[in-house]
Amino acid sequence: MFSLKEVKYKNILNVKHLHIKKNKITCIIGESGSGKTTLLRLLNKLISCDSGEITYNEQSLKVIDSVELRRNVVMLPQAPAIFSGSIKDNLLIGLKFSEKPLLSDDHLTEVLNLVNLNKELHDNAENLSGGEKQRVALGRVILLHPEVLLLDEPSSALDEDTEYLIIDALVNYTRENNKTMIMVTHSKKVAHQFSDEIIEIKRALVNVL
Amino acid sequence: MEGVIELNIWQMAAAYIFIVILLVIVKARGISREKEIIISSIRMTIQLVLTGYILVYLFNNMHPLYTILAISIMEIFAIYNIYKRSKTKLSKSLKKIIALSMLLGTLSSLIYFLLVVVQISPWYNPRYFIPIAGMIIGNSMTGISLGVTRLVDGIDTQKHLVESALMLGATPKMATKSIVDNTFDSAILPTINSMVGMGIVFLPGMMTGQILSGTSPVTAIGYQIAIMLGILGSVSLTVILFVQLGYKTFFNEESQLVVGE
Repeated sequence: MFSLKEVKYKNILNVKHLHIKKNKITCIIGESGSGKTTLLRLLNKLISCDSGEITYNEQSLKVIDSVELRRNVVMLPQAPAIFSGSIKDNLLIGLKFSEKPLLSDDHLTEVLNLVNLNKELHDNAENLSGGEKQRVALGRVILLHPEVLLLDEPSSALDEDTEYLIIDALVNYTRENNKTMIMVTHSKKVAHQFSDEIIEIKRALVNVL
Repeated sequence: MEGVIELNIWQMAAAYIFIVILLVIVKARGISREKEIIISSIRMTIQLVLTGYILVYLFNNMHPLYTILAISIMEIFAIYNIYKRSKTKLSKSLKKIIALSMLLGTLSSLIYFLLVVVQISPWYNPRYFIPIAGMIIGNSMTGISLGVTRLVDGIDTQKHLVESALMLGATPKMATKSIVDNTFDSAILPTINSMVGMGIVFLPGMMTGQILSGTSPVTAIGYQIAIMLGILGSVSLTVILFVQLGYKTFFNEESQLVVGE
């Protein structure tokens, strides 16, 4: 699905060759500051590499419209943004941004259940805890039904039990809907338990384990 | 109607007593501001005297080129002043947008105001053209200055929200909509507020000047209302042009945020 050849970004990342498979769950592990987030940002075309080439479905990212790409390859940052308004507003804003039809409240509640968030849709999203905000943002990404989910430590603000519950739900969602998931995680345990493939970034160099 | 009281040199000198009082106060209180007070009083005096002579010359020697030259100097000064007033370093492309918005916004409002509303003749009559241009350009300059600060600060402090929106597939326009709306609102608010207090809290400068020079208050008010609407139009036009074009300078052609890089 994604192919990287001789990709360099500043002195943060240096990838000789990397292939990320379609309909699989790929985990990216590595020390903090090793370039994991940079790799996701490159795939989301939020930044462009200084040299080398990245392709998505055999098409160079250079020729794919950035906004179109981001609507198919959605990224969830580690500290997701909460926009002012209710949980419902925050769930719908992704659909508005990507110009997709808005969904019913039933649909939204279903997604809240999927991310294990026991809150009302009209609750103020800004008053939620860090972990709850993270789950709202995760729900927002799932509602978009993108081909690829790029998740940057989606469970960093969650306790271990909730972390497993959420990642399990995400993995099931990805497999049932034939999606591709690329997830940065600090936890080798999570990576080994849930992923089909693990990529390790060490001192800016990328290895497939 | 009463004649205008011409101020002679002694009357002018008597007005400077206010500066002397101020100097005595700051001296007594040990506030070291004497230098600034003296320099600004001298600057004000020299600048106004020079402007007076230039205006006399321009009024007596009406020529379209002179009027165009005067407007060009005002525009250049206003644009330079906006750059200077900005606390943050402005990118080259944003500077271009500021200049373009100022020129397009103020000149189109000015031409409409002078030729359609006031209907001056000849079109370059400096007695109307220059003071009205001064008010329109000056107010638009203040509006854009506010807008520049708001837009640059807004994108800088909300970088995280803007990027999160981009990650979800938003276009740069969608991702900055709330910042752009906020910028426009805060840039035109002072003009709207000044309209509310007008005639009650204060008598505006142009109207006061006309009344002092013997014009009937009714005529003066007519001009004041018209110029206020002209100013509002020009401020809105320059600011909307600025924000609509300005936000784009924070993104590259790949719809990537390039602020702070």
